Amino acid sequence: MSGRVLVTVPRTARRGEIIEIRTLAQHVMETGYRRNEVGRPIPRDIVRLFVCTYNGVEVFRAELHSAIAANPYLVFTTVATESGTLAFRWSGDNGYTATESVAISVT
Amino acid sequence: MPGRRAFLAGTAGLACALVLRPAAATPESMLAAIRALTGGVAPRTGRVRIEVPPLSENGNVVPLTVAVDSPMTPAEHVRAIHVFSEKNPDPRVLSVHLGPRSGRALLSTRIRLADTQTVIAVAELSDGSFWEQSASVVVTLAACLEELPS
Repeated sequence: MSGRVLVTVPRTARRGEIIEIRTLAQHVMETGYRRNEVGRPIPRDIVRLFVCTYNGVEVFRAELHSAIAANPYLVFTTVATESGTLAFRWSGDNGYTATESVAISVT
Repeated sequence: MPGRRAFLAGTAGLACALVLRPAAATPESMLAAIRALTGGVAPRTGRVRIEVPPLSENGNVVPLTVAVDSPMTPAEHVRAIHVFSEKNPDPRVLSVHLGPRSGRALLSTRIRLADTQTVIAVAELSDGSFWEQSASVVVTLAACLEELPS
């Protein structure tokens, strides 16, 4: 299972500049604490892990729990060190994975 | 239509209480979760800035920003930011891992709050110290109400 994701990264940056990265994944984030109409617990279905790598090196990692709102939104920063690729990976319950990558040009 | 709204809010509130009560975290379980993280040491207060609206109409989507005062150099940086809630079923909200390549110790996200409560952000620094800051949020519509079958 995979879903739609949205990532905002500046296409170009100056070397050493701190850039802001915004990410959004389409996901219900079912908490596992709710019950359905007949009182049965609805099983948990959340995104548990988000990792951002910059040219293969991990620069940001987030472990999420049920208290993260539906369609998990994360904003963080990284230093633009060199031109290359920022890769993003979400993974979670029921085999959920989603990936995205964005090229950045650093001058 | 205030009558209908009041009725809906009332019934939804009742259902929510029934669903959440058995599993709700307590301030003690939140402190236990923080102690488990720090290895028993109480974090010092300060260095962390937590931005969350003091009043939230919808507990399903509460914007949260945490910033830590740190130069983010290889010698001195924030290793991780952990966020905890006092009254959600699970005290853990999220943990993020940072480093000198982050440039700034800054994180924004959107969280769920099951009730009016205190949210605590704990920063883990490269020197092994822990710092915390808390914020209170009044929630008028708790996180489990909106999605109940109508």
